[in-house]
Amino acid sequence: MAEIQSYTMNFGPQHPAAHGVLRLVLEIEGEVIQKADPHIGLLHRATEKLAESKPYNQSIGYMDRLDYVSMMCNEHAYVMAIEKLLGVQVPERAQYIRVMFDEITRILNHLMWLGAHGLDIGAMTVFLYCFREREDLMDCYEAVSGTRMHATYYRPGGVFRDLPETMPKYQESKFRSKKELDRMNANREGSMLDFIESFTDRFPGCVDEYETLLTDNRIWKQRTVNIAVVSPERAIQLGFSGPMLRGSGVEWDLRKKQPYEVYDKVDFDIPVGVNGDCYDRYLVRIEEMRQSNSIIRQCVEWLRNNPGPVIVDDHKITPPTRVEMKDDMESLIHHFKLFTEGYCIPEGEAYAAIEHPKGEFGVYMISDGANKPYRVKIRAAGFAHLSAMSEMVEGHMLADVVAVIGTQDIVFGEVDR
Amino acid sequence: MIERYETLASQIDARFAEQVRRVSSTCGELTYELDKDNLIEIATALRNEADFGFEMLVDVCGVDYLSYGSDEWKTDDATDSGFSRGVEREPVILDEADEFDPRRFAVVYHLLSLHHNFRLRLRVFTGTSNPPIIKSVVDIWNGANWFEREVFDLFGVLFEGHPDLRRILTDYGFIGHPFRKDFPLIGNVEVSYDAAEGRVVYKPVSIEPRTLVPRVIRDDNRYSADLKDAKDG
Repeated sequence: MAEIQSYTMNFGPQHPAAHGVLRLVLEIEGEVIQKADPHIGLLHRATEKLAESKPYNQSIGYMDRLDYVSMMCNEHAYVMAIEKLLGVQVPERAQYIRVMFDEITRILNHLMWLGAHGLDIGAMTVFLYCFREREDLMDCYEAVSGTRMHATYYRPGGVFRDLPETMPKYQESKFRSKKELDRMNANREGSMLDFIESFTDRFPGCVDEYETLLTDNRIWKQRTVNIAVVSPERAIQLGFSGPMLRGSGVEWDLRKKQPYEVYDKVDFDIPVGVNGDCYDRYLVRIEEMRQSNSIIRQCVEWLRNNPGPVIVDDHKITPPTRVEMKDDMESLIHHFKLFTEGYCIPEGEAYAAIEHPKGEFGVYMISDGANKPYRVKIRAAGFAHLSAMSEMVEGHMLADVVAVIGTQDIVFGEVDR
Repeated sequence: MIERYETLASQIDARFAEQVRRVSSTCGELTYELDKDNLIEIATALRNEADFGFEMLVDVCGVDYLSYGSDEWKTDDATDSGFSRGVEREPVILDEADEFDPRRFAVVYHLLSLHHNFRLRLRVFTGTSNPPIIKSVVDIWNGANWFEREVFDLFGVLFEGHPDLRRILTDYGFIGHPFRKDFPLIGNVEVSYDAAEGRVVYKPVSIEPRTLVPRVIRDDNRYSADLKDAKDG
């Protein structure tokens, strides 16, 4: 009887290392992967078609749910596409707030990635450390928008409201002593900017802790060095972007090359890898967290000294204040029209792309002059990355599949849309 | 930025002459329309020639222009009967036409040149054939593989020469192409678990389509070019 050489194995969709609902059909010979066929779409919600059926502003909340670990960045690309079509200039303070929250989001995303990636290939502690810092950033989201995840904070023309003067505090309870409570609330006494600043003071030390655990760790290196090497030529050919592209040594970052908002006014460096393996991509993302931290500090500094409006004063696209509405007929009409019908956008098309934590996140919007988009296409970085899965895992062992899923930083909200 | 794009535009015009038509843009983006027969030739040139160097394909997007410019509420006239919240819906017919309007389905390519730091958009209409068919660019940009599968899945556009044209986002055994404008938002079937049969069953949808906010198109003079000039000047 002939010996069976290769066989097919199913991986996911209910697998803790599948980062959501990835289903992989693997062709294996012994323990070596011959071919991987990712089956996606288990989380497909037709966000783009839903967006076609509602006024522009009502879809901002859907954008949060695309890549649900970097919520505000998704909103950013969407509102930028609308602003491009409308020709709206966003107030500078709003631009700084957006940059600050984009970078907070980048740290949030990278912490989630680091924790999950570590957990996947056997480093439990990192996960707990990462979630400790994520908590503070989630609190920033909550303080500014009222929700910890799905913020809907960016609006066409600016941001929903200015940064709050106070941070929410932990409440007394029978599970916490007074001393404990004071310790927890110590950095929450001032404004939100004070809280963020105290975070940025502390955070580089936290990144050092992660690095102590991983960077020179023999097991970590054995699991990541020389795994899934992608040459720069292949990375470009396959449409990679973000850390996946920079890990292969291509110096490309939209924040530097096609600066949007105020990225040309803040100072930061772009880390670039050398070998294009999982370890280099890890180092790139770690350094990105440090750079984001420095950008946040610069934004905090600027925001402290420069008060001003955070949303444009054009009530055709932004709602008037409640106070104005009380005694101004015009404002009342604007408010009514804006929330019942929305605003019409002149006919045209625009593509707005941002440097999302995962890569280039773009929104291509076609308007035919109506109050709803004619077509919205979301270009998700993870989609292009996952399509290269087969190529990246070919010839590696079964256990390395998990390392590759981790290094690609896959989130199914954006891959499936 | 604008001047650099003008230089690129003049280079493209000089190189491809009649084969491409520039589409005007209000926000400084460069868009060209081309015939589907020239797609491979032009795409290869755009990638390989040093002047262009579009080595990355950022995105492939399908567009269905079936109801472009149609609204559900007339806003250009006064009415003596008043407006109602209700919207008259067109009955949904699944596409069984032998021929499509030549400007119905388009595939839009977003290109990026890392070397020159340019972006370019190409729009290719798929012509009258049903099903719409167009040449695949997978051999030029390997990253196009999944993007083209997505366009096939959602719009039913076939890509000639694609190595593995399967559905990608919709369910196994799905019928129809959901992002076509004649495909209802609520879908055609719903899924539930049938306890008697002990398996998941598909049934026709039981919900009614509804419109919360009607689609309106208003001619807004704020965006007309003459008024803008007068205000700024």
